[in-house]
Amino acid sequence: MGFLDAVAKFRSGLARTRDSLMARVQQLAATHTRIDDETLEQLEEILLGADVGPATTTEILRRLKERARTEGFDSSDRLSELLKDEVARLLHVDGEPAPLPILPTSQRPLVIMVVGVNGVGKTTTIGKLAWQYRQAGKRVVIGAADTFRAAAKEQLDIWAQRAGAEIAGQSQSADPASVAFEALNTGVAHDADVVIVDTAGRLHTKLNLMEELKKIRRVMDKRLPGAPHEVLLVLDATTGQNGLQQVRMFTDAVQVTGLVLTKLDGTAKGGIVIAVSHDLGIPVRFIGVGEAIDDLQPFDRRAFIDALFDQSPSGGSSE
Amino acid sequence: MFESLSQKLELAFKKLRGQGRITPQNVEESLREVRRALLEADVNYRVAKQFIDSVQVRAVGQEVLSSVTPGQQIIKIIFDEMVQLLGNTRADIATASNPPTVILVAGLQGSGKTTFSAKLALHLKSKGRLPLLVAADVHRPAAIDQLETLGQQIEIPVYADRGAGAVKIAGDAVAFARKNIRDTIIVDTAGRLHVDEEMMREVEAVKAVLAPHEILFVVDSMTGQDAVTTAKAFHDRLNYDGIVLTKLDGDSRGGAALSIRAVVEKPIKFVGIGEKLDALEPFYPDRIASRILGMGDIVTLVEKAHQQIDVEKATRLEEKLRKSQFTFDDFLDQLREIRKMGPLSQIASMIPGLNRLPANAELDERGLVRVEAIIQSMTREERQRPAMINGSRRRRIALGSGTTVKDVSRLLKQFEEMQRMMKRLSKGNVRRTMQQMRFPTN
Ligand SMILES: Nc1nc2c(ncn2[C@@H]2O[C@H](COP(=O)(O)OP(=O)(O)OP(=O)(O)O)[C@@H](O)[C@H]2O)c(=O)[nH]1
Ligand SMILES: Nc1nc2c(ncn2[C@@H]2O[C@H](COP(=O)(O)OP(=O)(O)OP(=O)(O)O)[C@@H](O)[C@H]2O)c(=O)[nH]1
Ligand SMILES: [Mg+2]
Ligand SMILES: [Mg+2]
Repeated sequence: MGFLDAVAKFRSGLARTRDSLMARVQQLAATHTRIDDETLEQLEEILLGADVGPATTTEILRRLKERARTEGFDSSDRLSELLKDEVARLLHVDGEPAPLPILPTSQRPLVIMVVGVNGVGKTTTIGKLAWQYRQAGKRVVIGAADTFRAAAKEQLDIWAQRAGAEIAGQSQSADPASVAFEALNTGVAHDADVVIVDTAGRLHTKLNLMEELKKIRRVMDKRLPGAPHEVLLVLDATTGQNGLQQVRMFTDAVQVTGLVLTKLDGTAKGGIVIAVSHDLGIPVRFIGVGEAIDDLQPFDRRAFIDALFDQSPSGGSSE
Repeated sequence: MFESLSQKLELAFKKLRGQGRITPQNVEESLREVRRALLEADVNYRVAKQFIDSVQVRAVGQEVLSSVTPGQQIIKIIFDEMVQLLGNTRADIATASNPPTVILVAGLQGSGKTTFSAKLALHLKSKGRLPLLVAADVHRPAAIDQLETLGQQIEIPVYADRGAGAVKIAGDAVAFARKNIRDTIIVDTAGRLHVDEEMMREVEAVKAVLAPHEILFVVDSMTGQDAVTTAKAFHDRLNYDGIVLTKLDGDSRGGAALSIRAVVEKPIKFVGIGEKLDALEPFYPDRIASRILGMGDIVTLVEKAHQQIDVEKATRLEEKLRKSQFTFDDFLDQLREIRKMGPLSQIASMIPGLNRLPANAELDERGLVRVEAIIQSMTREERQRPAMINGSRRRRIALGSGTTVKDVSRLLKQFEEMQRMMKRLSKGNVRRTMQQMRFPTN
């Protein structure tokens, strides 16, 4: 599947579910010439329903009200423009969307650690990511540092094979830190461009497991100073307000550098990343839009917001 | 962040004092706080609105009682209403009169179906049943390996057929169970999105060939607003019989439980509280309700409201405390009351300050059982006057409770410390402090 097909799939996935959000906004604007309480209430429901959360929703509406008051709005287009703009302001991004984390020439191999709570899509994302690097002609080594979950290794083996990446950690060690260490060894020995380390899903409230994660990180830094260069936290788009706490705690433990928002091909809207981005300033790097190997896309803020608010699949642009 | 709701409510309700009756006007502010708490807890916004409306209807017109604060009075109404909506009757899973009983497990990707299937098999095995796990997920990489590994861990056979489709596997598994005298079949299916028409048809076909006695829908307790959509869509397609709420061992507030109950009238039958295969529990609506309301001390508050009925007992306890006559009997009473509230790890996670403790470090459930056993092995006199428990008495108590002398001594020491602490307590704070204290466990 080509990139454009993937974009179309993403859009249609979002558009199908986005509840004709803009249609509702436009309807609102058509029947109201100023933002009255009723309009605000309906906008509030739209944002709350997308998991943006009560605090961030209040903040967006406060800003919208303020701007509508000072700048005024005369058409429905203008109202939706203001709304999108306010959401965009909260949704920080690191420059332009990059197809892949940039490979700095000074760091070879680039080491990526993938973390998150249980079942969000870490292992699948690693398969997809490895495949993208392989498509770009990069040599990829994967470390299977989830030594806990039943058949986690077998699952990752299959993904590595599909992607054409090498799996390190044949020793079947039960200690995730030593598996990670071994993965870096292999990466260096085999002259890999990228090493991606999978970790077991863990709830951010389990202190002992978070300590284990810190240790994995430390050991990698010891083997290759500066590693891991990227720590990706995977968030499930269906996640509600707990997502904020997840990002906080994982960031405290292992300094998360970017988010991956998975399962956006369902009806969940993933609005929690707006709150996360606003509160913690951590950018979304990728989105997952399916279970196939090519169902991972770079996060594009404009496309995300357009898709969030637009009713027509052709609306919005991610080029 | 969480514990502030009760404070806010208390503040908002202060005004109510001396007003005689609850009116729509004087509760409005407080109900706004409640609504916000519900939204923070991931209760669907529509459900939250309905819920608040119904609370208001029940509250308005009530007399403001003098025995409790108006805040406590409303909290009790909210709490009761929520427990009722969550379903206050325990629902078991079906058993076929003509075995095998067939159980189908379905849900979104990564919600915890495979883990739950194994947990349920273990649970049924412990009750003397002969389960068979069926690996009908032919989509996820290594899904069959995962179930086979789990099956080995709990010594329960797994039916798999690599290369076959889900429908054929399901059909063959029933015949296999009959032949091999397995009385219960638990069919694990692939995760799927409710908008994936092809996959939804697959699970319908699996259902058709199985004719299950029980279909369980597995949901992640961290789910946000989308819970209503998916729960309803799966219900429309499968008409499932019950819900399983997973990953409740975290700090998600679990509002999805309320949302789902509001859109489908099916009971929540189990909750998953860990990755280990024995981390399965029946559903307790009161625990989830206090969790959704997000107040570590909500149970305390509600109990306080109830407690007014038993003022005498409380006064007596306070009296004792001040005179430092707090005995092991009182301690046992308290212990039991606390344990009624739920597993300690969960309670701890809800108590501000305690929720950062390493999981199970200080609050190991078995430790509590041991404490109870030790106290029960004391004579009446010993319980009243722990000071008399000398070396030989300690040996006897250890023997009687199946613990060691060291355990007994440690408990005595901790109890002494507790007594000292109690003495320092000011009147009125007794119960709260009891619950915030570290419990002397192993
Ligand atoms: N629809 C959809 N499913 C996804 C996506 N990403 C992952 N999944 C599915 O989600 C489920 C869990 O994915 P995993 O990759 O095993 O998740 P994990 O985070 O590694 O899980 P643990 O290691 O058990 O914590 C699998 O069934 C995946 O196929 C996505 O973007 N869309
Ligand atoms: N902490 C915690 N983790 C759980 C619980 N139940 C399941 N998990 C974890 O959640 C992850 C996903 O569980 P699975 O049982 O593989 O989920 P699934 O629904 O079968 O996933 P798919 O088959 O990919 O759709 C695994 O890492 C499990 O260990 C629970 O109650 N608590
Ligand atoms: Mg994994
Ligand atoms: Mg599964």
